Amino acid sequence: MNKVLYSGAQILLKSLVKEGVEEIFGYPGGVVLPLYDALYLQDEIKHYLVRHEQAAVHAAEGYARVSGKAGVAIVTSGPGACNTITGLANAYYDGTPLILITGQVNSKLIGGDAFQEADIVGITRSCCKHNYLVKDVKDLARIIKEAFYIATTGKKGPVVIDIPVDIFNAKCEFIYPKQVELVGYNPTYKGHPLQIQRALQALFEAKRPVIISGGGVVASDAHRELKEIATKLHIPVVHTLMGTGTFPDNLETSLGMMGMHGNYCANLTVSNADVIFAIGTRFSDRITGCLKRFARDSQVIHVDIDPCSISKNVKATIPIVGDIKNVLQTMLEFLAKSHHKINFELKDKWFNDIVEWKKKVATPQKLSDRLSAITVLQTIYDYTKNDEPIVTTEVGQHQMWTAQNFKFNQPRKLITSGGLGTMGFGFPAALGACVAQKDKYVLNIAGDGSIQMNIQELMSAVDYKFRVINCVINNGYLGMVRQWQEKIYNKHYSQTKITSPDFVKLAQSYGALGLRVEKESEIIPALKQAIDFRGPVIIDFVCENFEMVYPWVLAGEPIDKVLLSRDEV
Amino acid sequence: MAVNNHTISVLVSNEVGVLSRIVDLFSGRGYNIESLTVAPTLDDIYSRVTIVTPGDDDVIEQICKQLNRLIPVIKVANLSIGEAIEYEIGLIKVNVSDENRAEFMNIVAQANAKIMDVSDKIYTVKIDGDEKQVQTFAELIRPYGIKEFVRSGRVAITKGNQFSCFKNKKEETKICANAAE
Repeated sequence: MNKVLYSGAQILLKSLVKEGVEEIFGYPGGVVLPLYDALYLQDEIKHYLVRHEQAAVHAAEGYARVSGKAGVAIVTSGPGACNTITGLANAYYDGTPLILITGQVNSKLIGGDAFQEADIVGITRSCCKHNYLVKDVKDLARIIKEAFYIATTGKKGPVVIDIPVDIFNAKCEFIYPKQVELVGYNPTYKGHPLQIQRALQALFEAKRPVIISGGGVVASDAHRELKEIATKLHIPVVHTLMGTGTFPDNLETSLGMMGMHGNYCANLTVSNADVIFAIGTRFSDRITGCLKRFARDSQVIHVDIDPCSISKNVKATIPIVGDIKNVLQTMLEFLAKSHHKINFELKDKWFNDIVEWKKKVATPQKLSDRLSAITVLQTIYDYTKNDEPIVTTEVGQHQMWTAQNFKFNQPRKLITSGGLGTMGFGFPAALGACVAQKDKYVLNIAGDGSIQMNIQELMSAVDYKFRVINCVINNGYLGMVRQWQEKIYNKHYSQTKITSPDFVKLAQSYGALGLRVEKESEIIPALKQAIDFRGPVIIDFVCENFEMVYPWVLAGEPIDKVLLSRDEV
Repeated sequence: MAVNNHTISVLVSNEVGVLSRIVDLFSGRGYNIESLTVAPTLDDIYSRVTIVTPGDDDVIEQICKQLNRLIPVIKVANLSIGEAIEYEIGLIKVNVSDENRAEFMNIVAQANAKIMDVSDKIYTVKIDGDEKQVQTFAELIRPYGIKEFVRSGRVAITKGNQFSCFKNKKEETKICANAAE
């Protein structure tokens, strides 16, 4: 019997199909020509052409975060691969499963400084979960299987597969492995039952408990379990930026976002808690503030699938390594069997404090007759909330205002760059979101600085008629940096005043819809027009320049030192 | 918390790039490497990396966890917890004059060191033992004029049968899962 031989390029595509991949993002180039040729000859995988490799990775991330599946991007060697670094680092930080295929020069030329050669395995080592250089076409199928396994299990993350051009052309049989054998990689899924029991006991005894829900709850798809635990134990819930939507914002026990720009109430609750139940959070400096003064007198129960996250920044009293969904399910089983009566009265005292803290909110700012960014975002939210659109953001003031003013009752609705804080993330991520959820519109809340970082993707969006509504909060400054300069650097607005093109004309020149809004009365008509448009839109909201994001905890301060207006020092 | 040197023994898949992954982890996260020894195990699909690194208990715990996170890392053991046999080698070239010769030979004999080569009045001596023994010997012969001092990294093994080998892959997997907890 004759063996059927396939080229490396064909094997790659067949493997992707085996992994359930239907859509990929990418940009062709010299050494990936054989792969693009194989793509041309098949119709199982749809390829979306972007305009910059960084955008391909962000789009794949947006896709992954909306769909829950691994996103896939393909780029060429050298500059193509180097352009993906920001995207990789972003996905690595935020724990998004991604597979990045980079082309490489002929394996016989590696190390000889060939045209468009870059040591991408070396360069990406510290910004991806794992990476491979394929040296033999016979290893290719196994490596792809492993890569998907690594990317989508444990703490999820990006995996890079670097494939030399001769491997794409070399031929062998296609046998896709059924299982992976990775001796050195065995994420712990089941939490230790004794630890879970101890945690439950601590929560029973707690007088002032709080749950911090992080991005891990999204990754583990555990929001239902979280809600059940919080409701049954009568514990208030705060969330991190990455944990947005994991606990419905419309519930009374939901205290909203904590951290540098979190709610006064959320920060005070965490600061005064006697037991902190931290679920799937890294305790980044943006939520802990001054580490030495964070949770000084409280017990910390910390659940995470990544052992490194536990006791890295905040020492855990009860560490639990495991998959959050699994751990919470076990906890619920223990709870069902337990005869403990929840003392609601005891916790009501705690809720009384919380109700008081809830009353303290940021003071409204009225600086001029120009549009207030906060009003714009509140109006956008009110007008679109029944559609429950996916919202992506760039990074800066508009991002924080979005997190503060939009309410999310489901996870995977706010797609934002949390850990790395990548300006230019939102727009390409919105493209990925469009692919993942088809036809529905996506809101990308942007600043005038951020939108210019990946503006070239307007062309991709026009090509594919992606319904991305870019709401540009145009305040003429790199607002967040300006805000720090105003407060901390004596109003030395060093290089933060930023000019923009005429966004309306810019949109038109790409074939998109461009709208400008300068008055409050124009917001809703513009949104209406944007939602009806079957393609990308830019709405240029010309806003007040000096609005600030409050609440604000200055870097290095404890998180209960919350500033609510400019007047506070 | 007290900062001490710890000996971390890391069993890894013997594959391209695994050492750079480890070294990158240390430099990227601001940890120090005092010394480093790498060699294949008897089964050459694995290598053993022995790292001496300073840190307080929290830092060392984080280092072990981060090492465990690397995909080709199979097992991480902190040999400074519990008893272990630690070994280093020093190779030293000394310029010994005729009048000092007897005294020098006496020190060499006392320290259990070994003359490996004598040529052109240059004596090349080998000393082995733990870090302190190697250091002490070097200090003792320093007055004779050390021309060159070459020192190995540390190798170490636990006493008894705790971490030294795995019976099979299944056991490895089990141990890794435990280590992660």
